[in-house]
Amino acid sequence: MEPSETVADVLEMQSVVMQFGGVTAVDELSLHVGKGEIIALIGPNGAGKTTAFNCITGIYQPTSGAVLFEGRNLRGLSPDVITRLGIARTFQNIRLFNNLSVFDNVLIAMHLRAKDNVFSATLRLNRKEEARMRAETELLLREQDLFGLKDEIASSLPYGLQRRLEIARALATRPSLLLLDEPAAGMNPQETQELTDFIVRIRDQYHLTIFMIEHHMDLVMQISERIYVLNFGKMIAHGTPEDIQNNPEVIEAYLGVTEDA
Amino acid sequence: MDQSFHAMGERRRNIVLSLCLAGLLLACCGYLQANKYEYNYAISIIERSLIYAVVAVSMNLVNGFTGLFSLGQAGFMAIGAYVTAILTIPTANRPSVYYISGIHPWIENLHAPALLALILGGLAAAACAALIGIPVLRLKSDYLAIATLGFAEIIRALIAAPMMDRITNGSYGLKSIPGFSSIFQVLALAACSIGLMVLLINSSYGRMFKAIREDEIAAEAMGINLFRTKELSFVISSFFAGISGGMLAMFMRSIDSKTFQVSLTYDILLIVVIGGIGSVTGSVLGAFLVTAGREILRFFDEPFFLGGVQVPLFRPGFRMVIFSLLLMIVVLFYSKGLMGTNEFSWNSICRFFGRKERKKQEGRVPHDGAK
Repeated sequence: MEPSETVADVLEMQSVVMQFGGVTAVDELSLHVGKGEIIALIGPNGAGKTTAFNCITGIYQPTSGAVLFEGRNLRGLSPDVITRLGIARTFQNIRLFNNLSVFDNVLIAMHLRAKDNVFSATLRLNRKEEARMRAETELLLREQDLFGLKDEIASSLPYGLQRRLEIARALATRPSLLLLDEPAAGMNPQETQELTDFIVRIRDQYHLTIFMIEHHMDLVMQISERIYVLNFGKMIAHGTPEDIQNNPEVIEAYLGVTEDA
Repeated sequence: MDQSFHAMGERRRNIVLSLCLAGLLLACCGYLQANKYEYNYAISIIERSLIYAVVAVSMNLVNGFTGLFSLGQAGFMAIGAYVTAILTIPTANRPSVYYISGIHPWIENLHAPALLALILGGLAAAACAALIGIPVLRLKSDYLAIATLGFAEIIRALIAAPMMDRITNGSYGLKSIPGFSSIFQVLALAACSIGLMVLLINSSYGRMFKAIREDEIAAEAMGINLFRTKELSFVISSFFAGISGGMLAMFMRSIDSKTFQVSLTYDILLIVVIGGIGSVTGSVLGAFLVTAGREILRFFDEPFFLGGVQVPLFRPGFRMVIFSLLLMIVVLFYSKGLMGTNEFSWNSICRFFGRKERKKQEGRVPHDGAK
């Protein structure tokens, strides 16, 4: 790829292939996400979207191809290292630390920047670090309007708040790239609209780049700068929301069979 | 953060109550110690309970707080016990201990004070844990349990192996181990060990352990190195299992490989389950209940006459049947154990007795605007 005059790419996937036995879940997927963009990855169920996310975050190692983050090849890196580099994610089926408090959920994610070790932590010689992490957690929870719930057990929160908490926890790792896996799943139109505004807001507030998988077309069409469409692991279309809405292949594969959206 | 006067008063009350309880316990131990010939039996039950409490909390650290189903505790105890025993048996007594096949020249004059020997025993167990953790901690749930159980059996078999005769005295075991001179020694060691583990559990590392227990994939996505963190928990747990093994050796004064059979791991698992997986105070409570329960049920082992007829069931071994039945009842009706994942706290005790009006009645936000 020749150096473009536009914004630098935060994320680039180069012909990524992911095979499980004989099944090719992701087939020659190439895409790029520029700094500060909101990009959507859409496609019917089973199209390989989450698999693509798992290839980025190191849960899977791609069979072939490369994933570059800020120009660095992520091959062979484990998920925790990739998070430390600045990619945070949420999960399709919310994965909170269910039996821990809202506060602890976020506090745990603060630890990756802590300078302490098990001895200093046990003997409480890391008071300064601990106080800093707690202060940062409090600030983040206040910014996200979750502070009033800080002592609640994560699993006791209503669904929408669990989603918000999961995003807050991801933000606590101070990512530059945030991957959202179906953030609006299970939300009603009003909640979806709130989430749409929320995504734009956190992008601006935390200077994020956002790459998301989403089924709610309202949300996708409203805020995405560009959209990639996957079907059976292959990219079948790529472009602005208008391009995608008018692309006959996409309409056939996806939009045409969408129930309501 | 948002501490009102109310919370401060509560805190002061809790400190006073804790000091009172500690004082009361110390006074009891002091009384027992002062009349140690009279209360020999009670003292030995308390000492054994304290030792089991240490190993139960160490097992809870791995099983309850990190979510790793590990059953290697008896193996790590054995390592700690043998290291402690070998280092503390007085050199003058060694020829009589190793009278069958002689003593290996390396350890003939190796001697250390009891405290140092205990710590070295713990470190030896921790080192073994670090080594076997590398392959074994990649396994999940039941597979990890089988692998660690196998490890514990290997350690036991190694200790009893004829090749080790000159170090471990093979199946004859080790005796003449100097014991504790007072119940306070056991109490102090147990309190230090459990205290350190509690500090760890409540630290930032303890939070990472819990994160792994809750969801490994999410924990990893939050930047937690799964293997390193699991290994850390496993090694620290084994260190304290080793310490408790050393304490057990000093308590029993003589050990052999049979002491550290699978049934020992089973006993400890029992304590952890009865107390509540994920509760330190539960484990301590469980240790006392199980150890004391065993002794109290002893009368089932003695012949029992009802109207001049001897009831046939009352014979040696029957108490274990009763004991196991009680366990089954506990597990059936209190499947989360006595404490669940809760810890003992004065606040909950006071709330239980209804002295405090429920402060969390109307919930959340309104008056937390302190900062």
